Amino acid sequence: MSQSISRRRALQGAAALGGLAAPMLNTVTAYSQSGAFNWQRFKGQAIEIVMETGPRADLVKKQQKEFEEKTGIKVGLEIIPEQQARQKTTIELNSGKPAFDLFNIAYHVQKRQIEKAKWLFDITPWTKDPQMTPAEYEFGDVSKPGWDYATQSDGKITSLPMFVDYFIVYINKELFAKKGLQPPKTMDEMMDAAAKLNDPANGIAGYVGRGLRNANVPLYTQYLSGWDQQTTKGNPPELLTDTPDAIAAAEYYKKILTSYAPQGVTGFNWNECQGLFMQGRAAIWLDGIGFAPPAEDKTKSRVVGKVGYILPPAGPKAHHSVFFGGGAAIPDASPKKEAAYMASLWMTGRQMTSRMLQTGGGVPFRSAPLKDPAVLSQLTIPKEWADCAAGCAPISMPGLPVIVPVTQFRDTIGTALTNMLAGADPATELKRATAEFKPILDKSEQG
Amino acid sequence: MAGADISGGMTGRASGDARLRPYLGFIWPALVVCTAVIIFPWLFTIWMSLNDWHIGSERAFIGLANYANLATDRRFLESIGHTFYFTILAVFLPLVLGTMAALVFHKKFRGRGFFRALFIMPMMATPVAVSLVWTMMFHPQLGVLNYLLSLVGLPPSQWVFATSTVIPSLILVEIWLWTPFVMIIVLGGLASLPIEPYEAALIDGASQWQMFWKITYPLVLPFLVVAMIIRTIDALKAFETIWVITNGGPGTASETLNVYLYAQAFAYNQVGTASAVVVVFFAIIVALSLVLLWARQKAKWT
Repeated sequence: MSQSISRRRALQGAAALGGLAAPMLNTVTAYSQSGAFNWQRFKGQAIEIVMETGPRADLVKKQQKEFEEKTGIKVGLEIIPEQQARQKTTIELNSGKPAFDLFNIAYHVQKRQIEKAKWLFDITPWTKDPQMTPAEYEFGDVSKPGWDYATQSDGKITSLPMFVDYFIVYINKELFAKKGLQPPKTMDEMMDAAAKLNDPANGIAGYVGRGLRNANVPLYTQYLSGWDQQTTKGNPPELLTDTPDAIAAAEYYKKILTSYAPQGVTGFNWNECQGLFMQGRAAIWLDGIGFAPPAEDKTKSRVVGKVGYILPPAGPKAHHSVFFGGGAAIPDASPKKEAAYMASLWMTGRQMTSRMLQTGGGVPFRSAPLKDPAVLSQLTIPKEWADCAAGCAPISMPGLPVIVPVTQFRDTIGTALTNMLAGADPATELKRATAEFKPILDKSEQG
Repeated sequence: MAGADISGGMTGRASGDARLRPYLGFIWPALVVCTAVIIFPWLFTIWMSLNDWHIGSERAFIGLANYANLATDRRFLESIGHTFYFTILAVFLPLVLGTMAALVFHKKFRGRGFFRALFIMPMMATPVAVSLVWTMMFHPQLGVLNYLLSLVGLPPSQWVFATSTVIPSLILVEIWLWTPFVMIIVLGGLASLPIEPYEAALIDGASQWQMFWKITYPLVLPFLVVAMIIRTIDALKAFETIWVITNGGPGTASETLNVYLYAQAFAYNQVGTASAVVVVFFAIIVALSLVLLWARQKAKWT
């Protein structure tokens, strides 16, 4: 600690003497230098990173040494399960003194809350500064949805997009071949295929997907995207969850899950679906793109080599794949923003995101890794999966509304969906849920 | 003790105070600790419950509006119902089964120590780990429970995956976990019973059932009430099993007050609403405790 302070003082002195030529930089940081980007510029600092448990955190942990050698910055890495990580970051950011300098933000859950609270540091000037961001970072390679996520409603960029999670369809090719069926291209075809493949007497479900409250909402929004609609529109957001299209999508959801999914699907989250699919007991499964590694792992799965990865089917009005995603963000209260920014550049840069893709741990918002033969040749899972990911990018649509009470939204709409699976009428349920949630949403947008 | 001394003694109040004065300083450490860890958090919770407080937004004083909202919140009211449903079953069934188990293990037979130890094992397991195992067993297609049902020719159940069966299924886990606990308490009670009444009853030609109902049951009742009080408090507080196995679902079918509270505080970041729920929850627990204490008075040997 004392070392970093004395270093900072020394540099401040140097900046005061010679750094007057770069006044803009000096307002942001005491560090200044002339010349090109240098990874070693913030050598000797130590930062704390909080990440959610999962393949991306494992990757950072594995490659941490490389970063430390490259930059001379020491990294303390704390990996906590998703739910706890989100609680921890929210509560610590709210306290004004977070114990971390960098964390992975889950855009689809935290974006609006965090931007309204103004907890994040504005990195916009740094992204334009060649001394802070190297040319090799290739801003242009990150897709527009990625930058939309990373940019706040006030136009400030406050994080760097890291990974995107598309919804895709997993099919059991063996079961499809037995019935002489082709992979479905439209939602109607998927319904037909599910009907033909459904064989409860032999313990085979034609279709499986999330029924569990809250978890089921992304699956529903995937169907809804087929009617070319999201759950909210405009700013301030207005709910669209009781429109005729929303009801039509809910009817589809109810029909396919009550007719061709296994008993008890009301309580299924992705892990129950995954279990069935990997046991070879479900023919079609629609879920996030990240489940390929376990499905291709011989020690866990009975369907290795039999899995088809295909785009979600087109709906009656449009063809989309809903997406969710995460990035790396720096708290405004962090005293080591520069070093943290170096770490975020590294984590979201081309090399690390290529590695992430290779292990199937996530799909980058970048397009280059998906096209790079050198990266693709090292894939640990079938190339069909990477092709599917590349195919999702142009048809992607946000899967959840960018609002503060996302969790409450998911619980309220999710309960309505669960009730439908138990027999309730989609129109009645969605109207009730929308009316119930509207005041909560309106209130969250005030003040 | 000191208080009883003063009020009971013949000495005047003034001289009592004078005797007490040198010792007053010793109250401070306890008082400070109590204030810091009990009284202050409590007052702060009540104050929070009077505010519209969402993490990340401005806080605003809104009086009793949080409570008024709760009174019309369907989810909250249903969660109270679920809590009572869950608590009644989770107290009553382990009590009955635990008492039966205690009667069995009170008899002398070969290997009793071993079987007692075996029976107590569930209680020693971590609820979260146990819940994870049960979650797998409940799986309607891959779970072992439906396989067992199929062996005896019964149709599969949806267990925790259907609204109507979710709470009884969760009770199954509670029974498995907590019956041994009731057994231990009752076993202790049985061991302390005198044998004379039984000898007299045998001489009078009483049946086994008569001996149980007329002698054992009334004598063990105080122990049962203690077990009931502890179980009730535990069942009201039950969280791990429900959270891990169902997350309060399907829908909100197994959402108890605790689960609802957790969602408000940690999923929705609604600190104000959550505090109001805490206060209501506390009131319910205090009311129930009074009833239980009254029951305990009633059950005492006279």
